[in-house]
Amino acid sequence: MMRSATALALRSPLSFLALLAVIFGLLPLLVSSYQTSVANEILIFALLAMSIDVLAGYAGRTSLGHGAIFGISTYVVIYWTTLMGGSPWVGCILGIAAATLTAAVFALLAVRVSGVYFLLLTLALGMIVWGVCLRWTSVTGGENGIRGAGRPDVIADPIAFYYMTLATVLFFTLVIWRFVHSPFGLTLRGIRDSESRMRSLGYGTATHMFLAFTITGLFAGVAGALYALFNDFVSPSTVQLAQSVEGLLMAIIGGVGTLFGSFIGAAAIILLENFVSQYTARWPMVLGLMFICTMIFAPQGVLGALRKLMGWKQ
Amino acid sequence: MSEPALVLNKIVVAFGALKAVDDISLTVKGGERRAVIGPNGAGKTTLFNAITGVRPPTSGRITFEGKEVTGKPAQIRARMGMSRTFQITNLFPTMTVDENMQLALRGTGRGKFSMLGSIRLTSEEHDRVSSALQMSRLGERGAVAVNELSYGEQRQLEMAMALVSNPRLLLLDEPAAGLSPAERHMVADIIRSLPHDLTMVLIEHDMELVLNLVDKVTCLNNGQMLAEGSPEDISNNQLVQDVYLGKARADA
Ligand SMILES: Nc1ncnc2c1ncn2[C@@H]1O[C@H](COP(=O)(O)OP(=O)(O)O)[C@@H](O)[C@H]1O
Ligand SMILES: [Mg+2]
Repeated sequence: MMRSATALALRSPLSFLALLAVIFGLLPLLVSSYQTSVANEILIFALLAMSIDVLAGYAGRTSLGHGAIFGISTYVVIYWTTLMGGSPWVGCILGIAAATLTAAVFALLAVRVSGVYFLLLTLALGMIVWGVCLRWTSVTGGENGIRGAGRPDVIADPIAFYYMTLATVLFFTLVIWRFVHSPFGLTLRGIRDSESRMRSLGYGTATHMFLAFTITGLFAGVAGALYALFNDFVSPSTVQLAQSVEGLLMAIIGGVGTLFGSFIGAAAIILLENFVSQYTARWPMVLGLMFICTMIFAPQGVLGALRKLMGWKQ
Repeated sequence: MSEPALVLNKIVVAFGALKAVDDISLTVKGGERRAVIGPNGAGKTTLFNAITGVRPPTSGRITFEGKEVTGKPAQIRARMGMSRTFQITNLFPTMTVDENMQLALRGTGRGKFSMLGSIRLTSEEHDRVSSALQMSRLGERGAVAVNELSYGEQRQLEMAMALVSNPRLLLLDEPAAGLSPAERHMVADIIRSLPHDLTMVLIEHDMELVLNLVDKVTCLNNGQMLAEGSPEDISNNQLVQDVYLGKARADA
């Protein structure tokens, strides 16, 4: 019964979204306000992980630059509200636009490479963003970062903000699901499988990769804008490599190419991070161990392993 | 029929010092069926790569239906109506036959950019896919994963994918390579039953297979044009016979 319900949820996005809406929707009634804020963070990072999964799981390109794209959106939102005194809503739109634009610039450079070159190039581009945020002190506040101006009144209450996050993330989950299952989404899988065949069939593969990369930048930008409202503070650690790595690991642990696995990966990593940090400061080591265990015991991620175990189709 | 479909003018493709294709000129008329034969390493696949834009020629000119395409990328030539198969099977192995056909179908149109639309085919598209699968004798295999197809079926899918875009020039690179005699026979039948207004260039290592399939034969050796003529001319040509018996090198 339980099994078939989960199987159904995986095949149809609407039932999966309903499942998520029920679980995350009821959570604030059942747990403490601190735990609700952890759930809020999980939702935001699940969206970042999904943006990475579109490239990793469908186009076969592993990006280490999406944490920086995410963080640029966070910077812009906080800069706009705090230092320019602008509206947070306009700030969110500007943040998402800045992230999308950054992704477009990354994409121009990265569309022609694949494999480890793509990984290294996106890593380098992300490092440049981090370096700029660290050094351009007059704008970014350097190492000290920038404190936000607080959330607008309607979402000042953490519970109200939590539900806004939930609605936004569920909406974009549906959008991303449609995106990867569209004719365009199929072309990304085609590029992953055989770029030369795609060209011979008439596809400008660089154009497709450019569009895909830029659009995933928009998704990461939405997550980054939510994070600005959530965290109310931004510093170079928001755009650092570790952010990209964590987003990627969430996608991998949940199951690359499963999309919904990102929720499992984000929950696993954020819950563990909160738990472990009470006892030790060696979080990166624990994260590394977790990654190794996933690679050994469930190389296709949690959802990928479940899928295989139960013979579900993609 | 008046305008030639494909004109190659002094095509050279060099890999460093090696001229894999060495000064090849040829003209394929509209609706013609041409075979390109020659021993392994003669430069046949390299010539296809130059024609289709996979690897532009080092020098020379390529004209397709009156338009110069020498420097155009592969995807532009595909949209102009060129379609090819690969000698080394080049499919989308993680997908089903239907998904492979969908990608083949949409490559030359605009539907491929639909980002939120449904992946379902329109009934017109569906008909084109089933007729291409039927032509390639793969009718009932749409839902099967490509990596579960036999090697022979994968070769058939190569053909179906090249046909579904309704090309005007079809380039087949050893469609029967690695097949059993029975399967080779079927491939010959498939080729014979293709629409007759479709211009076709067929690479084949095996002379016997092609001689009754085509109007004209070009024989390459060491990247150079060895002979060109009707199937009868070529099968009686002394130079060609020598090459196929491995004697040409001594003469050259
Ligand atoms: N990418 C390449 N780099 C270097 N040499 C190549 C390459 N592709 C083909 N060749 C060489 O060009 C010659 C012609 O190869 P090819 O066109 O594949 O022959 P055929 O298809 O007639 O068997 C061979 O000597 C081959 O080794
Ligand atoms: Mg060859």
